[in-house]
Amino acid sequence: MTHAGGYSADPRIRWPEYLPWIAALAAFFLLPEYLSLGARILIFILFALSLDLILGYAGIITLGHSAFFGLGAYVAGILSAKLGVTDPFVQLAAAAAAAGVLGVVTGAVILRTRALTLLMLTLAITSIVLEIANKASWLTGGADGLSGVQTAPILGLFKFDLFGKTAFLYCLAVLFLGWWLVRRLIYSPFGAMLTGLRENTTRMHAIGAPVYRRLVGVYTISAVMAGVAGGLLCQTNQFVGLNVLGFEPSGELLVMLILGGVGRIYGAFVGPVVYLIAQDLLAKQFPEYWYFGIGSILVLVVLFAPGGILGLIEKWLPLSRLKSSARASAR
Amino acid sequence: MAAALETQELCKSFGALTVAHNIDFRLQAGDRHALIGPNGAGKTTFVNMLMGAVAPSSGRILLGGEDVTAVRQAARVKRGLGRTFQINTLFAQLPVLDNVALGIAERRAVAPRMWRPASSHREIRDECLELLATLGLADDAAVRSADLPYGKQRLVEIAIALGLRPKVLLLDEPAAGVPSAETDRILQILEKLPSEIAILIIEHDMDLVFRFARRITVLVQGEVLVEGPPDEIARDVRVHQVYLGESHHA
Repeated sequence: MTHAGGYSADPRIRWPEYLPWIAALAAFFLLPEYLSLGARILIFILFALSLDLILGYAGIITLGHSAFFGLGAYVAGILSAKLGVTDPFVQLAAAAAAAGVLGVVTGAVILRTRALTLLMLTLAITSIVLEIANKASWLTGGADGLSGVQTAPILGLFKFDLFGKTAFLYCLAVLFLGWWLVRRLIYSPFGAMLTGLRENTTRMHAIGAPVYRRLVGVYTISAVMAGVAGGLLCQTNQFVGLNVLGFEPSGELLVMLILGGVGRIYGAFVGPVVYLIAQDLLAKQFPEYWYFGIGSILVLVVLFAPGGILGLIEKWLPLSRLKSSARASAR
Repeated sequence: MAAALETQELCKSFGALTVAHNIDFRLQAGDRHALIGPNGAGKTTFVNMLMGAVAPSSGRILLGGEDVTAVRQAARVKRGLGRTFQINTLFAQLPVLDNVALGIAERRAVAPRMWRPASSHREIRDECLELLATLGLADDAAVRSADLPYGKQRLVEIAIALGLRPKVLLLDEPAAGVPSAETDRILQILEKLPSEIAILIIEHDMDLVFRFARRITVLVQGEVLVEGPPDEIARDVRVHQVYLGESHHA
């Protein structure tokens, strides 16, 4: 289902929107042996949601979103491993703040450009952050990664366990909060304005919108979310490696979002689920060729479902009618 | 009284190519002014400079007597400058209502709000629907603008600009590509616009120009050739030579 927001959109939650949460809770009870993978999926959903906000809604193209994810992970990890700060919420807040600062600073520079130049600049930024993390081994552990990360029990009650139960529910709660905020944002006047930016910046200038300032604003919000996702990854893995930075995680994230469907909120839910489960299964069956499987899925989706898996579902099932009728009732 | 819009010795060059040369132009509140000229005369560049989309090489632009030459486009719009585009520049995938609402939300400073749903801002929706009704687009409010017939898309262009409640409205070929039968409708709409709005229209449809404008400026190769009331322009030999050919407007 497309979630376009706007002045004619009905912001009420429709029944299909409960499905991800029902599925997540069902997975918690029915698939206890997969909770670690589940937590990883939930983290990447939050990460993909942050990308969808800028790519799908504001039309900001990026290959460098891992800069915020990685920075969030490292900040949470360094706080714990080097400074002894183990409170999970303090770690997350610090991860969010650091990613937000990086977002506003880099966004202020790169968002004056567009298209290919912008794409290259985002890639350059994550590459720079990667190299800093690599060289500052006294702080980050360099190529060996940052170990010794500890996270105190959540609210002083729920300790992170070996089976990933606490991690799963913790990630689910944070994701729920992130989803709620993003959904609220998308249906707000700010969200409507974002779709205007994506559709036609020339017109946005002509209606008096401070386009650049708004782009930097949404880019920063997205960076904060990605930073939180990175912080979660650090807390649940208790380790941060260089693989959270650079082109690869950014590219993977983009693939996940394209698989799920860009600019739909729930594409960010479907993409990571399909990608990470496929990765898990294919890597077990074909350890050397699993990328071939992922690549094949991506090619099929791009060729036959340009709106992603959700776009395909929308085409097959008359879910879009719900939206049309909602719009009609909103008039 | 300060002019609603004024340019003083406005120049623009792209390298060796001069597209505007010492343009002195005044538009008073309530004016109905047309800017005409052959293709490549620099009309759209002139509008782009007025809006702030293109920076002039030299000269000044005054809006309500205030120098806005260095002021950004968004700030000029907030000071009462609105425009339409020669080529439809709509939010193609959005419903007509949202096309207009985005502008109204900017004007009302609602656009940056992140909490309440956009659709709960009834005042914006009501204003949109009222505006669309005056342009005969009420039934198309929920239609994606890309799905509208071309003539109606031109009206949406005008609706978006009017939603900004401009003091000065720049219409860049509002009837471009519109069948002659629908040009009359556009003219009727333009004639009904509030009399206090100063309107500058760029148009190739001479019939529309001479019926609508009370004053005409002829621009040729970036320079003002002549300015005056329509009957004077119609009689001007230079205009005939460079623009209208030998035929005389009836």
